[in-house]
Amino acid sequence: MNNHENHVSSDSANWTVLLILLILTTISILAIKIHLGPFTVALALLLASVKVTIVLTYFMHLKFENVLLRLMVCGVFLLFAVVIAITFIDYYFR
Amino acid sequence: MSTTEHSELIDSDTGKLGMWLFLFTELFLFGGLFIVYAVMRSKYAHDFHHAALELNAFVGATNTVVLLVSSMTVAMSLTAIQQKRAGKAMGLLFLTLILAGVFMVNKYFEWGHKIGLHLYPGSDVMKTLPHGEIMFFGLYFMMTGLHALHVIIGGILLTIVIMRIKSGKINSEHYLLQENGALYWHLVDLIWIFLFPLLYLIT
Repeated sequence: MNNHENHVSSDSANWTVLLILLILTTISILAIKIHLGPFTVALALLLASVKVTIVLTYFMHLKFENVLLRLMVCGVFLLFAVVIAITFIDYYFR
Repeated sequence: MSTTEHSELIDSDTGKLGMWLFLFTELFLFGGLFIVYAVMRSKYAHDFHHAALELNAFVGATNTVVLLVSSMTVAMSLTAIQQKRAGKAMGLLFLTLILAGVFMVNKYFEWGHKIGLHLYPGSDVMKTLPHGEIMFFGLYFMMTGLHALHVIIGGILLTIVIMRIKSGKINSEHYLLQENGALYWHLVDLIWIFLFPLLYLIT
């Protein structure tokens, strides 16, 4: 049957995910006021990455998808990281 | 399991895979802009700091909360259709559309305020600003504009999903379009999660 094996997330699970995301948003707003110098940007990006991972895993159901799709998503984000790294290497050592 | 049912199962999986491939291209569309932002920020740190102070973090934070809640209502709507509760599914999608509307109204006032201050690409005021600030506002309008376009497209997609649920074409057995619509909406949220700290929080 179509979609038969799909995981069904409960409403309470969705509420929990939202609550965690809102807490992380609050943390990122408060954390920006702490003066960490160059680490301010790093911390903001780290918190954003955690939030994105949560959205991908639970709201976008990646946790319950097949291995192929999960590997593909990891691969694409890895590729993106490599593109950013190469851009900066090119930019700094030109 | 009959042959037809079997092929439907494969269709559902490939349909979702296709959507993910499309989302990857979207990621790189915005990714390109993120790279430009990163390079320009390291080149014009002082100008970016100055220009970012112009943005209202409260408006940005409000829109973040609005999008996060809308992401949950979309996810809940999918749960509802899986549990054969079409009415609840449509209600939650309608709520999502309202939240999308709130986001766009916020954006309208935010852009309106900037344009009122003559801070838009190509304006006379903009031409007098240092190069880095011009870059910042250019990127701000480009990134939030492209994102807002995605909010509008997502809204249209979800409207189609509501109509299909109403006509019974999307039901507890066949809901691929709703799954893909939800994935698209979550992508809109994902991109905003990165845009918010980069444009509004970091100064």
